[in-house]
Amino acid sequence: MSSRIAKKRGEWINRDKPLTFEYEGQQVQGYEGDTISSALWANGVKVLGRSFKYHRARGILSFANHDVNALMTDGEDTNIRADVWPVSNGMKLEAVNTDGGVIKDKNKYIDYLSPFLPVGFYYKTFYKPKRMFPFWEDKIRKAAGLGKVNFNYPRHIKPKRYAHCDVLIIGAGASGLSAALEAAEQGFSVILVDENRQIGGSLTYDLAGDPAATDTLSTLQAAVESQANIRVIIDAYAGGYYGDNLVPIVEKSGITKVRAQTVIVAAGVFEQPPVFRYNDLPGVMLGSAAQRLVHRYAVKPFNKGVVVTANDHGYRTALDLASVGVEVVAVIDMRRDGAAQDITQKVKDKGIAVHKGSCIYEAVAAGDKLGVKEVVVCPYDETTAEADTSRSVRLACDGVAMSAGWAPAAALLYQAGTKMRYDDSIQQFVPAQLPESVFAAGKVNGVFELKARMQDGRRAAAEAMNYMGKVVAVDSVKQSLSSSPSHPYPIVNHPKGKNFVDFDEDIQVKDFINAAKEGFDNIELMKRFTTVGMGPSQGKHSNMNAIRILARIRQLPVEKIGTTTARPFFHPTPIGHLGGRGFHPHRYTAMHQWHVDNGGEMFEAGIWMRPGFYTPAGVKLSAADAVQQEALAVREKVGMIDGSTLGKIEVFGPDAAAFLERFYTGKFAGQKVGESRIAMLLDEAGVMLDDGIAVRMADDQFYVSTNSSNAATVYREMQRNVQLWKMQVTLVNLTGAMAAMTVAGPASRSVVEQLTDIDVSAAAMPDGAFRTGKVAGVDARLMRVSFVSDLAFEIHVPYKAGLHVWNAVMEAGKAFGIRPFGTDAQRLLRLEMGHHLISHDTDGLTNPFEAHSDSLVAMDKPFFIGQRSLKILAKKPLNKKLTTFVLDQGFNGELPNECNLVIDSANNISGRVTSISYSRYLNRHIGFAFVPPEQTNDGARFQIRTDSGAMVSATACNAPFFHLLES
Amino acid sequence: MKLLQCPINGIRPLSEFTYGGEYRDMPDPDTCTDKEWAAYVHYRNGAPGLKKEWWYHGPSGTWFIAERDTMTDKVSRTYIAGQEEKQ
Repeated sequence: MSSRIAKKRGEWINRDKPLTFEYEGQQVQGYEGDTISSALWANGVKVLGRSFKYHRARGILSFANHDVNALMTDGEDTNIRADVWPVSNGMKLEAVNTDGGVIKDKNKYIDYLSPFLPVGFYYKTFYKPKRMFPFWEDKIRKAAGLGKVNFNYPRHIKPKRYAHCDVLIIGAGASGLSAALEAAEQGFSVILVDENRQIGGSLTYDLAGDPAATDTLSTLQAAVESQANIRVIIDAYAGGYYGDNLVPIVEKSGITKVRAQTVIVAAGVFEQPPVFRYNDLPGVMLGSAAQRLVHRYAVKPFNKGVVVTANDHGYRTALDLASVGVEVVAVIDMRRDGAAQDITQKVKDKGIAVHKGSCIYEAVAAGDKLGVKEVVVCPYDETTAEADTSRSVRLACDGVAMSAGWAPAAALLYQAGTKMRYDDSIQQFVPAQLPESVFAAGKVNGVFELKARMQDGRRAAAEAMNYMGKVVAVDSVKQSLSSSPSHPYPIVNHPKGKNFVDFDEDIQVKDFINAAKEGFDNIELMKRFTTVGMGPSQGKHSNMNAIRILARIRQLPVEKIGTTTARPFFHPTPIGHLGGRGFHPHRYTAMHQWHVDNGGEMFEAGIWMRPGFYTPAGVKLSAADAVQQEALAVREKVGMIDGSTLGKIEVFGPDAAAFLERFYTGKFAGQKVGESRIAMLLDEAGVMLDDGIAVRMADDQFYVSTNSSNAATVYREMQRNVQLWKMQVTLVNLTGAMAAMTVAGPASRSVVEQLTDIDVSAAAMPDGAFRTGKVAGVDARLMRVSFVSDLAFEIHVPYKAGLHVWNAVMEAGKAFGIRPFGTDAQRLLRLEMGHHLISHDTDGLTNPFEAHSDSLVAMDKPFFIGQRSLKILAKKPLNKKLTTFVLDQGFNGELPNECNLVIDSANNISGRVTSISYSRYLNRHIGFAFVPPEQTNDGARFQIRTDSGAMVSATACNAPFFHLLES
Repeated sequence: MKLLQCPINGIRPLSEFTYGGEYRDMPDPDTCTDKEWAAYVHYRNGAPGLKKEWWYHGPSGTWFIAERDTMTDKVSRTYIAGQEEKQ
């Protein structure tokens, strides 16, 4: 039962290479070059899938990469588009979204329930009771849907390629080919992309029956192929438009990102179905789909057919069908006046009846709903969209070709920011105002006549060249169309519905009417409520009709309704095309491997990896115990933490001190060499951004540290202000170049002094002192700091020496019971010391007055960033202040969490907890909280509400907390 | 992805740049009123149009000013702050 016809000029199949594959258990013959759909259709297989919602049988509709009801799985891959996917030997295909095969699909009963499933049904029905939703969700997901994802899908690595060109042309039809030649002949490099497997566009089907047009195509093809400046990429689509003419070209093998100086969109148009009852039956297809079957694949679409049309294209379709032996019963022309005399006569000459002012009122399904057996033809009133059923005629047929009009393939134009207008003479949206380096040509630009399209391609190329600076003449394009290619309202109302507008989502005319009644009468709202255009074809065959229907409901011109923008990608694109290698860079400190080898639990800290705590191999230790033991080691003996992640910036130059005075809140002009000072940074609003230590190494040299997470930001802001203030300052970011470690605890001096020639005695090196010298034989910068304990030494050495010095300290500390400690213990230790962490204990609104940092702010300086705002803030009363607090001795209730609220006696929110931790050393729970200023006094009581709602009493308490041990 | 012209390094892809906020002339903190200062710190004009913006080219550490129309997303020119005339 083969529908394959005799060899045709220009056909896309290779009859010397027959292929065999399997579809739903059935052996099917095809040829190399066939798509799945064409091979199946040639073998008389017309049920290619089941629809998304009602499980109705569907066949070929567009045959142009939006037949989303004909989706296949081959077991590994799914949602394979049968209309465009090439067949290969041994394929084993099944239609997706069926239960028990595409013919016997057990879910086809849903079609009979459709009157009870109006638009919005799911939103309104299943949302409560909430606990039942998972049950319904499971049922709905099983019945409605696309292919099943194979989670064992092998990983195919796809390359990302890059290309550049002067002119990127999307669409290799008559206009695109002409544009390419015009630009290439003037020496510009051209990339020409087409999603089909051969260039030629509509010339390969619509006009393929016309020998003169086919000769034109051959000439264009030959010229393009011999033109060295043109790179043709076929079987690939332009996935989307991104800023400054970046267009990803999607091929089966991967994506090529093309950066073009200019882009010409010559993507053509999508044929739009007329809407009548049962316009979805297998065998009912678009005229262009029938033409593609005939001319590209040499397949007869059906044996006895009817053409329903609202433009001249339907007449050409009828002639094409007749030319390959289809018995065309009639051309049903929805237009009152029909087509021009000459083409009407040509059709009549073939013995085909032409019914003007008529419509198909409904197609009648064959008994099993798997095909069409006849159509009901009625007189049609174009103004009311009503059929006169009193004068109906039944025409027996096994297929219908539909041609009612076109919608521009303008997705990329919209994405590029093109303003479109509705052209009443062709009933189509066309570009009104294009971005300056983007051009449109051909049918997408509203130019339909072949000669005019070729002119329009050359015109667009000329404009592109002028944009690029080459002055060439731009000829205007004229076309004389005898009638509009599109019908303003190709819709036939039917009381029983099933007149489908959107085949992806089974949306009927009445769904739009109901949506409008519910108030969703804006195109964006209607799209979301009805889901029109939200299926896999993204509205390629439904949006235009939806706009027309809404325009009529609201009695507005089509242009006033507007369009929705189809987002990238133009066609569904496999995730594998987009995914790349895992590339999530982390910075490792010089001691990273040591931490890993010694049980460090590594956590992300910004771009760095840092140990949170250590659980050495073979030691059974909970995380909490590890942290407490590490902290105890620092309190009682000695510990060491890797501080390499600190931001480390050197500030040089004659203006170095003056720069820091303007940049930070403190004073640096009088700072002595070898001294360190706290460097606090505010923003212009006076909000605390960062704090670090600034060390003066020489009169014109400072060494400044920042919080680990702020290194890049502070450096960047320094750079900006050096430029803005025009100061003689050079900045060097040493963050990655220097390793740093802090040796802390009562025994830290005893450990460090073994390794260095620097006098680290209390007298020679008081808190805050900075010295340079050798540590473990390495040039080092040594600093007395007191962030985690009263006695601590920060050692900075070149990155490469980091591990050596770390090992030397660990070795020297052995006798004193040294322990490495991680960031968790560090947080606890600084809390015991009463040091807040900026952006942990403070937020994006906290100023220094609220965080007990008044002493760091030198208001008497002429200027620093944030000073002017602080002057305003200083005049206002504070309404919150950070305080350290303790929970009651022996507290064992529900522990408050960070961000739990402080509640006052009137049950109002008065603050919140910013840090809280148990300290084994103190045997108390301690923390930071924002509270009203009067509650920061030592001994003030306040209440914290826990997650469960329980109230916990806390007491404001001066820090450091060590005085608690004395009482 | 957009392209941006760094005054030092030429045209580079946007991923190399960091936006640094709108460029605004700071009022003299010693003479301006509290109200003027607060307006400078807190108010931003969100109306589309030509804006002067700070941009930072990360790989080279270059801060510069870009004049960008936020309506059309077109950058008309870029220059190092204070060297407007040179470019």
